[in-house]
Amino acid sequence: MDRPLLLHVAVLLGLTALAVSAAQSAEPPQPDPARQQALVHMVRQDCGSCHGMRLTGGLGPALTPERLAEWPDDSLVATIIHGRPGTAMPGWERFLNESEAGWIVARLKQGFPPLD
Amino acid sequence: MRLAALIPAFALGLAACASTPPDAVRGTGDLGVVIERAAGRVQVIEHSHNTRLGTIAGLGDLSHAHVAFSRDARYAYVFGRDGGLTKVDLLTRRIDKRVIQAGNSIGGSVSQNGKLVVAQNYEPGGIKAFDADTLELLADVPAEYAPGKFSRVVGLADVSGQRFVYALFDANEIRVTDFSDPKNPVTTRYPAGKQPYDGLVTPDGRYFLAGLFGEDGISLLDLWKPEAGARKILAGYGRGEEKLPVFKMPHLRGWSLAAGQAWLPAIGRHEVLVADAGTWAETGRIPVKGQPVFVMARPDGRQIWVNFAFPDNEWVQVIDTVDKRVVHTFSPGKAVLHMEFTPRGENVWLSSRDSNRVSVVDTATFAVRKELPADAPSGIFFTSRAQRIGF
Repeated sequence: MDRPLLLHVAVLLGLTALAVSAAQSAEPPQPDPARQQALVHMVRQDCGSCHGMRLTGGLGPALTPERLAEWPDDSLVATIIHGRPGTAMPGWERFLNESEAGWIVARLKQGFPPLD
Repeated sequence: MRLAALIPAFALGLAACASTPPDAVRGTGDLGVVIERAAGRVQVIEHSHNTRLGTIAGLGDLSHAHVAFSRDARYAYVFGRDGGLTKVDLLTRRIDKRVIQAGNSIGGSVSQNGKLVVAQNYEPGGIKAFDADTLELLADVPAEYAPGKFSRVVGLADVSGQRFVYALFDANEIRVTDFSDPKNPVTTRYPAGKQPYDGLVTPDGRYFLAGLFGEDGISLLDLWKPEAGARKILAGYGRGEEKLPVFKMPHLRGWSLAAGQAWLPAIGRHEVLVADAGTWAETGRIPVKGQPVFVMARPDGRQIWVNFAFPDNEWVQVIDTVDKRVVHTFSPGKAVLHMEFTPRGENVWLSSRDSNRVSVVDTATFAVRKELPADAPSGIFFTSRAQRIGF
């Protein structure tokens, strides 16, 4: 590999690292409004099968701000994406990505938006 | 003088009778309730002409709701997620009584003699018995399995002798509580398989089957020989293969017996399991489109209708019980949550939550007979349940 190309790679890696750290420090990127609506629907209706449409719990625990306050965001994101072995919680990675899960976690901790 | 004064009043009374609309006096055998889960409201419908008669609001959180009926099939007992228990008059279409009986509830059932309504609860874990007329609390039976620890209760079913059978999700147990003396219930415990998620009794009330989430198999208790304890059937049906994710728990009720076989949802497999209803040995398994949620026999037992968990919940499949294969696959709408057969099964009603409609489908031709608008409908419950064991 010649020197200019190496330089390019180094710069690119640096930029990527910057972008990643920026994303981690700030609020996760916002899904577009249509996707937000779809995610709210999914949480209330389909997660709601076990957690209740009002997210006050059922076979799954409550997903209220009080209940979630002590849990770190990244652990909640991992639970959504990969599920929790030994419990009835499946992983939802087929249906959303980590940044969307992060958006959901942030909303859950604030008090989740109602259905339209 | 006094008589003269009475006459006009009497005449007025007669006039009031004469002006009573003809539909004010009617039977209740063709009535039913459709849950509008997001609105906390129910529709009252009739299935002779497939129409909506009215709505009743103010029933709380119906995101998971169950309905049982009074013995005279006039009143619906609506169990809400938030612990609300509401006695609804189907004829006047008004709330007759309403209590908040728990923090988180999953359903309930009516005793053999019609005098008790029993609720099954997640929070506080246990069951509670109420007077069916007044909803006065008669007995509280906590599902305590270790000091201070209470299990979520699933699968409650009414059986003979004012007994109720249910399973403990957190404690791997089946329990039978006898309310012969309603204020002094007697409970017997039977160890069962891991994490029972729901249960059913056979239509004669003899066998209680608890579906298991924590292992492959079904726990079976013979209520004619309860002293023999629960045993496991269909053990290891997953053959050690990795489970597919379950995005919604299946539901069991007493409609899974047909053509001498039990038809049951597999957990974590896209299959309906078939077992001989005499020996309980596996006799087949039928590949279906997704994780089955409801596996319901048409009342004559010739067909089994199946709906599915997210993300396959727009589909419905029909199994022929003689050929043991899927004979029809269709989508009545988006997010099909429930199905209910008319008492003799010529039609089935299906709720499509995300299409905001209920479809009435002919079970012989599969033609759509009618579509009725409904706001995010979920459960559909017909009064014919009042006359059945285990509903």
